[in-house]
Amino acid sequence: MPTKIEKDSLTGTNTTGHDWDGVRELDNPLPKWWLYTWLVCIAWAFVWFVLYPSIPLGTTYWHGVLGASTRAEVDRDVAAVTARRAGVMNKIAAEPYDAIRAQPALLEAAQTAGRIGFANNCQPCHGAGGGGAIGYPALAAGAWIWGGRVEDIELTLQHGIRSGDPDARIGQMPRFGADGILTAPQIEQVADYVMTLYQTPRKDAAEADVKAGAALYAENCVACHGENAKGNRELGAPALASRVHLYGGAREQVVAQITQPRLGVMPAWNQRLDAATIKSLALYVHDLGGGE
Amino acid sequence: MFGGRFTHGMIERNAMLLLVLSLIVVSIGGIVEVVPLFTIETTVEHVKGVRPYTPLELMGRNIYVREGCYLCHSQQIRGLRDEVERYGHYSLAAESMYDHPFQWGSKRIGPDLARVGGKYSNDWHEAHLINPQSLVPESLMPSYSFLATTPVATEAIAEHLRTSRAVGVPYTDEQIANASADLQAQGAPNADTTALLKRYPKANIVIGPNADISELDALVAYLQVLGTMVNFADTSTESLQQ
Repeated sequence: MPTKIEKDSLTGTNTTGHDWDGVRELDNPLPKWWLYTWLVCIAWAFVWFVLYPSIPLGTTYWHGVLGASTRAEVDRDVAAVTARRAGVMNKIAAEPYDAIRAQPALLEAAQTAGRIGFANNCQPCHGAGGGGAIGYPALAAGAWIWGGRVEDIELTLQHGIRSGDPDARIGQMPRFGADGILTAPQIEQVADYVMTLYQTPRKDAAEADVKAGAALYAENCVACHGENAKGNRELGAPALASRVHLYGGAREQVVAQITQPRLGVMPAWNQRLDAATIKSLALYVHDLGGGE
Repeated sequence: MFGGRFTHGMIERNAMLLLVLSLIVVSIGGIVEVVPLFTIETTVEHVKGVRPYTPLELMGRNIYVREGCYLCHSQQIRGLRDEVERYGHYSLAAESMYDHPFQWGSKRIGPDLARVGGKYSNDWHEAHLINPQSLVPESLMPSYSFLATTPVATEAIAEHLRTSRAVGVPYTDEQIANASADLQAQGAPNADTTALLKRYPKANIVIGPNADISELDALVAYLQVLGTMVNFADTSTESLQQ
């Protein structure tokens, strides 16, 4: 490679001496402002090394003189926002529901916390606005299985339903079909009878079947669901004489539920959410339209 | 060097030499950044509770990877206030130390799943995977209903555990020997779960809609364990950094 450095005749600048098929390169110096910025950046890197976690030292590392840690930072951020809310949230946690309702500012804070908590945690099952879905109670409809007073709702939120929590609400329904307690035709008769409780007139059910179903109901179902089929909240037995049915009110849905009951699970929230948030949620759910 | 013949011009004219020398330079940068992480003790935090996945969870995880769930769901709660408030404690490296590869992801078309375990019921996960819009009308998630009718592949489960052990997951000989039994115990109705729960504490028992253990059951078992292993009540940021 020719390495002859020569002066370019047009610009008067030296060339680098590289010659690629007659193309040569001028050896202009770096612009001063650029060069000094670059050198300052290198110097600043060493300052940065000292200030922040940087150099590995065997089993540990240089933590930096500022003690910077993004984890400590998020702890501080969370603590700061918790402290900012503490005035309101501690009051919500401490005061009875009546007192919260009596203070408009506190009620508004609880409703806001409840709305946000609901969207994040409850809406995937219970639907926006508590509309519910098959298997997930419609909270706005007031068809409470475990009670619709705000205290009942709080308890359900804290411990859940069949959640594994020691204080969880636990209801059981025998598997009338799967365990052979009733035969398939008997189950259909019970369904025919149960449907008369909320769907009248029932044109497609024979009078005899409804009657037989009523007798079977009195033998098998009445202990939990009650004589007038209004349910029993102590046992978590839903009201059957209701327009709202957890697992659907159509005939095949009723038959399926008697044959092999689905027993839904609600998680316990006391590990995930603090007391004030749970109380806010209870208030919010209560005020969706179905509260008692 | 080399009698003055190893020059700039020589490197520029020899593509292979240029490539090899570039690789050496780049790997120095990589080694300087990566190797210390293997020796620094707090790279993976010392926390109690993280255990290898149960056989059924491991199969569920394979399905999670196969279906590309990570393309829409991350599994990493970053150390930012809003994330911690929404999803819970920020993720730890220790929580994915038995993941090969980890499923941190970077896309959040759906929500982060790092702490989804226990947030919803098994029934909810099943119904939601079969038809997401039936429960979340505004959801963009596709239906995975075929998982419910596809039996989970169980033949090679012990091999899956053994392979995981080869890359550093501490499965014991006992766990590998009982892989098939543990898989059945976690997913089949009326199974005896005592031995399973002894080998894998806090395993979530999944009983799906079908008698056969389906891929859906496996995936739900995996989702239900995410983020539940570490008890954060007795973990502080200071203790994580020591």
